[in-house]
Amino acid sequence: MATVSVTDISKTYPNGAQAVHPASFDIADGELIVLVGPSGCGKSTLLRMVAGLEDITTGDLHIGARLVNNLDPAERDIAMVFQNYALYPHMSVAKNMAYGLKNRGASKEQIVAKVDEAAEMLSLTALLDRRPSQLSGGQRQRVAMGRAIVRDPALFLFDEPLSNLDAKLRHQMRVEIRNLQRRLNVTAMYVTHDQVEAMTMADRIFVLNAGRIEQIGTPSEIYRKPASTFVASFMGAPPMNLLSAQSVGGQVQIGGVALGLSCADGDVTVGIRPEQVAVTQGGTIPFKLTLVEELGASRLLHGTVAGQDFVVNAPNDDAALADDLMLDFAPDALHLFDAQTGQRL
Amino acid sequence: MTKISHNKKPLRLSTVVDHAILVIGALVMLFPVYLALTTTSHDNITLSREGLKFGFGDQMGVNFYTAMFEKGGFTEQIDGTKMLINSLILGIGFAIGKIVLSMAAAYAIVYFRLRFATFAFWIIFTTILLPLEVRILPSYEVVTGLGMANTYAGLIVPLLASATGTFFFRQFFLSVPEELVEAARIDGAGPGKFFIDILVPLSRTMIAAIFIIMFVYGWNQYLWPTLITTDESLFTLVRGIKQITQSVYEGNTIPEYGQAWALAIIAMLPPVLIVIFFQSWFVKGLVESEK
Amino acid sequence: MKRAAFSQPLMPVALLLPQLVIIAVFFYWPAWEAIYSSFFLQDPFGFGSNFVGANNYTRLATSSEYAKVAGFTVFFTVIVTVLSLGTALLLAVKADKVVRGAKTYRTLLMWVYAIAPPVAGFLGALLFDQNIGPITDLFAFFGYNLQIGLNYNDTAFAMIVVSVWKQIPVNFIFLLSGLQSIPVAVREAALIDNKSGTRRFWDITFPLLAPTAFFLLIINITYALFDTFGVIDIMVKGNPASNPITLVYKVYTDGFRGSDLGGSSAQSVVLMVLVLALTVMQFRMLERRIHYT
Repeated sequence: MATVSVTDISKTYPNGAQAVHPASFDIADGELIVLVGPSGCGKSTLLRMVAGLEDITTGDLHIGARLVNNLDPAERDIAMVFQNYALYPHMSVAKNMAYGLKNRGASKEQIVAKVDEAAEMLSLTALLDRRPSQLSGGQRQRVAMGRAIVRDPALFLFDEPLSNLDAKLRHQMRVEIRNLQRRLNVTAMYVTHDQVEAMTMADRIFVLNAGRIEQIGTPSEIYRKPASTFVASFMGAPPMNLLSAQSVGGQVQIGGVALGLSCADGDVTVGIRPEQVAVTQGGTIPFKLTLVEELGASRLLHGTVAGQDFVVNAPNDDAALADDLMLDFAPDALHLFDAQTGQRL
Repeated sequence: MTKISHNKKPLRLSTVVDHAILVIGALVMLFPVYLALTTTSHDNITLSREGLKFGFGDQMGVNFYTAMFEKGGFTEQIDGTKMLINSLILGIGFAIGKIVLSMAAAYAIVYFRLRFATFAFWIIFTTILLPLEVRILPSYEVVTGLGMANTYAGLIVPLLASATGTFFFRQFFLSVPEELVEAARIDGAGPGKFFIDILVPLSRTMIAAIFIIMFVYGWNQYLWPTLITTDESLFTLVRGIKQITQSVYEGNTIPEYGQAWALAIIAMLPPVLIVIFFQSWFVKGLVESEK
Repeated sequence: MKRAAFSQPLMPVALLLPQLVIIAVFFYWPAWEAIYSSFFLQDPFGFGSNFVGANNYTRLATSSEYAKVAGFTVFFTVIVTVLSLGTALLLAVKADKVVRGAKTYRTLLMWVYAIAPPVAGFLGALLFDQNIGPITDLFAFFGYNLQIGLNYNDTAFAMIVVSVWKQIPVNFIFLLSGLQSIPVAVREAALIDNKSGTRRFWDITFPLLAPTAFFLLIINITYALFDTFGVIDIMVKGNPASNPITLVYKVYTDGFRGSDLGGSSAQSVVLMVLVLALTVMQFRMLERRIHYT
């Protein structure tokens, strides 16, 4: 258990490519933070720098009170779960879990006790003598977790641990990992490109884009107050609708219809989540419907507003839909962004 | 169609032709060696007088015994057993030497941050450009100059100066998932521990495959042993073939066909058996290492 | 190099050193010696040598004997390559096709790989033996007197037969594994698109096999040039002067029997250039091969 403190950490490769721009943040004891972003955004690099698998170009990294910049991965008191599990294929489940302890010079009794305890916790007891190749994907995932747990590390690192699992298992493991982390009360950093994973698991989410942290916040902050158009469109499924609009005489309008928002004159981007749009006869904004996707409980209406692509997530009331509909936006559900920088206004 | 069709197909002509071609091919491969075997089972006078026999006679035991345990025949100082031992030393020594050297070098190139790794790689790589045969004379002079003629070291070590094994292991190491070494480092394994605890056990089938290829290659060496071993006590079976042909075809007495072929059969047997019994490893090793 | 490579400075050097030392002493030194002494002429009595510039090379270029050996080498290489590749392709396609006994056929067609070239040569000498060889008897039955070791053309014929026989297994193994690596889905698609088995072979299978075949072409050329040494050495029966030999064999006879170090070295260098060209070709193709798959 430990806090993590990162000060102006950055990563530049020998070829000059800057994978991570200087970033600073703190992680509280027992907190689970999720680094999320599209592939190539630097989230994995950042995690691997914390692990010690990647050199830190500038900045300081503290785990607990220790400055660990120049320590070997093994000396940082961390454990890591990899995307492809990285289990040692020639060792049994028990040996896989024990290897790290053995290298640290733990006694035989200690190792057995630790492995048994972790196996119990992860319901792996019956599988201890198996080889990784004899396990299912979910079981391998558990062994990888077990290998991390037995060490009682100060910090857990997860690098897209669920992306090789099918959807159902992914959901189950998500809950399991979250429970485990709570129970052990261990600090954790979790990398994923899946925004659902980020939303459901995180105490705080770090959204990364092109080597920079775009926003840090709790899931509800990220959802309710996205700091930029990037965060707005990346978090949430289906993503937030972003419309080009103008502010004329202090009033924001789309296709000549005022939205009831005010800001300085000029071009702006207006965002609204598909689930916060109402289809009503009394709406003020015309919507041209082109396609309906049935989701069961609700349905997605694809179409255009003022010639721009637009999606509505409407409750499924089985009503027949005309091609031309009217929409209504509540003004407090609207987000305003700078048209040039994409920053929230 | 209302009738349920049967799965059993009628025997087609093309299938018969396919099998016929394969059987003929197999027989052509087998025939010369079969003939060599029957030859070992007759005595020399019969063979000289009546020509080669397609059936077996009763002299096989005698011929093999004489070839393996009596000095004299083709070589003055050693018997077939000693040549067999020398062949084993060459085959096994070469294979082990190759595996140790190339695994170590490939490990250094793949798993270490090394400034001159690329340079070292090219230095080693270049060796595949020139087989021993094209630099045979200067190689002979260098090895003789070092006083290594007529030694096991002189026989084996110069053959190790090539890149094949290194490539093979480099390719394999590169295919080992990246995360494995990362997991091992987090688990506190240094380079030595990672190599012994993880990489060597993972490479077991690769090592077996390359061992078979290299053993056969070493065992079958001919030109180099012919040059570098003039002392009969270092003759291998394959090297001995030269002596045997000379006595069979250049001597004046009745050729000792039976004994000659007994030795040739012994020279074929170990590599052939290994290739047959460890076929899947052998094929894997061959196909992978030539890539 | 791996992303998370170890950074210990001395260990990799220690690991590389044995291999590098052996290569330096037993590869680079002799290779350099070959190039170096190709510019010198050795005194026949072993008293030093004189620098003669490119003389050894011009001597080669104008030597009718060298031209004859080079001519035979080209002929031998082409015919051995074509015959062994062709036969192996036929056998591999059949072995890939049959269901019953496929494994047995594979074993029976590949084990000859393990036989050493000189032993293969010795087997050839037996089959073509002047007095007792069954093939000689067969030719005699048709009225031809086959004289291996005495008649240039007869020896060439026997050498080619033995060399092809010895090389079929390697080609067979590679072609079969090439055939087996063609995805089942592709075969099934072809089966639906095309009724004729022959057409399927030439339209689908053969093009997909072409990279393997080209790679084997290089392997076979190298084999015919270098690895047949043992076959030749046994089958000329100690009399290379009146029998067909290849360029590599001439390097050996001139250097060791004729004591013409300079001339032999110049021949080595010529072969080096040849191998270099072949390897460059091979790598060109290898790049193509990667695009293919």
